[in-house]
Amino acid sequence: MPEATVAPLVDQLSAGLDAPICLTWELTYACNLACVHCLSSSGRRDPAELTTAEAKAVVDELARLQVFYVNVGGGEPLVRRDFFELLEYAVDHHVGVKFSTNGYLLDAAKARRLAELDNVDVQISLDGVDAATNDPIRGEGSYDAAVAAMANLEAAGLAGFKISVVTTRHNVGQLDRYERLAADLGAQLRVTRLRPSGRGADVYHELRPTNDQQRELYRWLLDRPHVLTGDSFFHLSALGEPLPGLNLCGAGRIVCLIDPVGDVYACPFVIHDEFHAGNVREPGGFTAVWRESPRFRELREPGSAGACASCGSYDSCRGGCMATKFFTGLPIDGPDPECVFGNADEALARIDPATIPRATQDHSKPGRVPVRLGVAPRR
Amino acid sequence: MSDRPTPDGADFDAGCFDAGCFDAGRALRLNPNVGLRPEPFGALAYHFHTRRLVFLKSPALVDLVRSLEHHATAASAIAAAPSTHSAASYRRALASLEESEVVCGA
Repeated sequence: MPEATVAPLVDQLSAGLDAPICLTWELTYACNLACVHCLSSSGRRDPAELTTAEAKAVVDELARLQVFYVNVGGGEPLVRRDFFELLEYAVDHHVGVKFSTNGYLLDAAKARRLAELDNVDVQISLDGVDAATNDPIRGEGSYDAAVAAMANLEAAGLAGFKISVVTTRHNVGQLDRYERLAADLGAQLRVTRLRPSGRGADVYHELRPTNDQQRELYRWLLDRPHVLTGDSFFHLSALGEPLPGLNLCGAGRIVCLIDPVGDVYACPFVIHDEFHAGNVREPGGFTAVWRESPRFRELREPGSAGACASCGSYDSCRGGCMATKFFTGLPIDGPDPECVFGNADEALARIDPATIPRATQDHSKPGRVPVRLGVAPRR
Repeated sequence: MSDRPTPDGADFDAGCFDAGCFDAGRALRLNPNVGLRPEPFGALAYHFHTRRLVFLKSPALVDLVRSLEHHATAASAIAAAPSTHSAASYRRALASLEESEVVCGA
């Protein structure tokens, strides 16, 4: 742009927009699975979840705000009996839906129904390219269920559904096989970052990719700009050429989360009081929360680079992921625990596990014993 | 973040698209499958079929895109646009927006 009348785009986006570009909407905390890394600690439905009418009112607001699409998850969205009613209501109001499912409930009839809808993207979660890798994370039988769902989608002619992978140190070496699987099914690959959010906090240090794996992943992604990442690996851009995408943390600035009970958080990975901005049931609804929440306003203030100020790569990685820092007990204005230069290692080693914040809700099914890592293993 | 918003299109200085072959003598219009959301920097454009998000980084460009349907040719829309940008800049921007299917032949 030749004119200097408008601030650079990244600055404008960091200062927040009048409405999010897109947002994540978890429709229910109910889930038939109990993945060890579940970012929302899902399992049991919450009795206070939004009703069909309330959910439609949220869609009305998003349509008015011209939020072009929502990422729908949970829990397992297909567990909601009104799922298709809400889905159709959203796309009829020009709010596109990208929804994530474990596939268990995605039978041939539902696949055909999905294939008839415009503006709906389906993402099947698969955290290993074989059952031996996937099932320890997502549960016995979950690999077969995902494969069956993908076969149903393919048979229904739903072109370009997505295979969604949360990277762990066990599956990051399988990405080439994933790519072949996606090609065989006419699917698209979506690779995102593991965060220590929800139950993910219990397994983060043992599952997160090693530093060597991160460097390989960076080069792999750089060579494959067509692989979707949800912009989640911008901390890797410190390694050189930036990965495609905006390369900034959009939490509370251009994205946010609406949880099943209508609570609004800065992003799907920070379900914690610290990042709670309000509830869509309050007067003024979602719009007022987005525009007026003091917490969101704080996030939109220019941040300090903190301990990263002296690092020459700060402009590339922006200090990494806020949620990942918060739930590992690191300061928000410092390096990401997965800083590719190891700049967080010393601080991580000094953290007293008892002081690490925990998610402020837990809908895990009873009988599950929360794992609390004593000393987090280091690389 | 969203699925890889592509901060491309309408990037006046990028020069990554050759506007030399852009024919401004045709009628263009905003693609009916594209939603345009005004923003202080210009607008967000979202293509509901390709799922591509494009940033229009100038309010004058947004006005030009909206005015296209009232003109018989892109050239006449450009001629009527404010001199905030040069005609060559507008042509490059429209070429890039056509490439990303934000605008299309009328």
